[in-house]
Amino acid sequence: MRQFLEMGGYAAYVWPAYAVTLAIVGLNIIWARSLLAQARAAARRRLSAQSVSGEGA
Amino acid sequence: MSWTWFHRLASPPYIYGLAARLTPWFGWAAALLILCGLYGGLVLAPPDYQQGNDFRILYVHAPSAWMSLMVYTTMAVAAAVGLIWRMKVAHAAAASCAAIGASFTFAALVTGSLWGARMWGTWWEWDPRLTSELILLFLYLGYMGLRGAIEDTQRADRASGLLAVVGVVNVPIIHYSVVWWNSLHQTPSVMRLGKPAMPPAMLLPLLIMLAGFTLLFAALLLVRLRGEILNRERTASWIREAVQA
Repeated sequence: MRQFLEMGGYAAYVWPAYAVTLAIVGLNIIWARSLLAQARAAARRRLSAQSVSGEGA
Repeated sequence: MSWTWFHRLASPPYIYGLAARLTPWFGWAAALLILCGLYGGLVLAPPDYQQGNDFRILYVHAPSAWMSLMVYTTMAVAAAVGLIWRMKVAHAAAASCAAIGASFTFAALVTGSLWGARMWGTWWEWDPRLTSELILLFLYLGYMGLRGAIEDTQRADRASGLLAVVGVVNVPIIHYSVVWWNSLHQTPSVMRLGKPAMPPAMLLPLLIMLAGFTLLFAALLLVRLRGEILNRERTASWIREAVQA
């Protein structure tokens, strides 16, 4: 296990490269999902505002 | 030949529903492939006879670089379809690509820098491959900046779409930069004529990672596209049904 983590002396280069790439993969997943959730929430707000004003008319 | 498929692809509610159904398939397949690729690249692949274990950066660097080019090409094709056929969904797809592409271009530059630091003895060099990849990052950022600066969605679509289409000329320049000019960067090992310059134990994890990242892009694009469609189809009646679930 230690040998694996040391990457034959290249640990300081190999692991940061993996960390950066996987962090960007993770951020992209969170980012995309939160944009969709925001768009859905905004659409719901618009629809409820519409139905309220529709009832008032 | 029937064109109904083309018209259906232009229909926002159809695309919204299709994207929602396809996303889990692409997402889970991507997760599976990336986990297998990571295990293969970090554990199963033998150390390189010249670079030792440092070459394992390949398994995150090459997929990131592949994403940077593939996402840009997708964005430019979507923008061109949007411009030529005035298809709103295509513009929405192009707009959904930019941030994904920019982030993986950044990953390609950082992982390349970490690789170069040890192998070339420098973090950065104004080398044709590195410089053209940096220009790609600026194209993505310029595209996003242009969209952000124009309030009207249709005008933003046209202006940024034009930038995306013109900028696609950079994609073959990046790919062939290592062949056309003297570059520190190695020439292609996989995407070349004839046999790949790698033994199967090294090549297979790379191909799995490339497939995994491609499917990840598909999933990310579909999720973002749904949000983009919802924001554009403000008054459409089908939206009530779509957001109730």
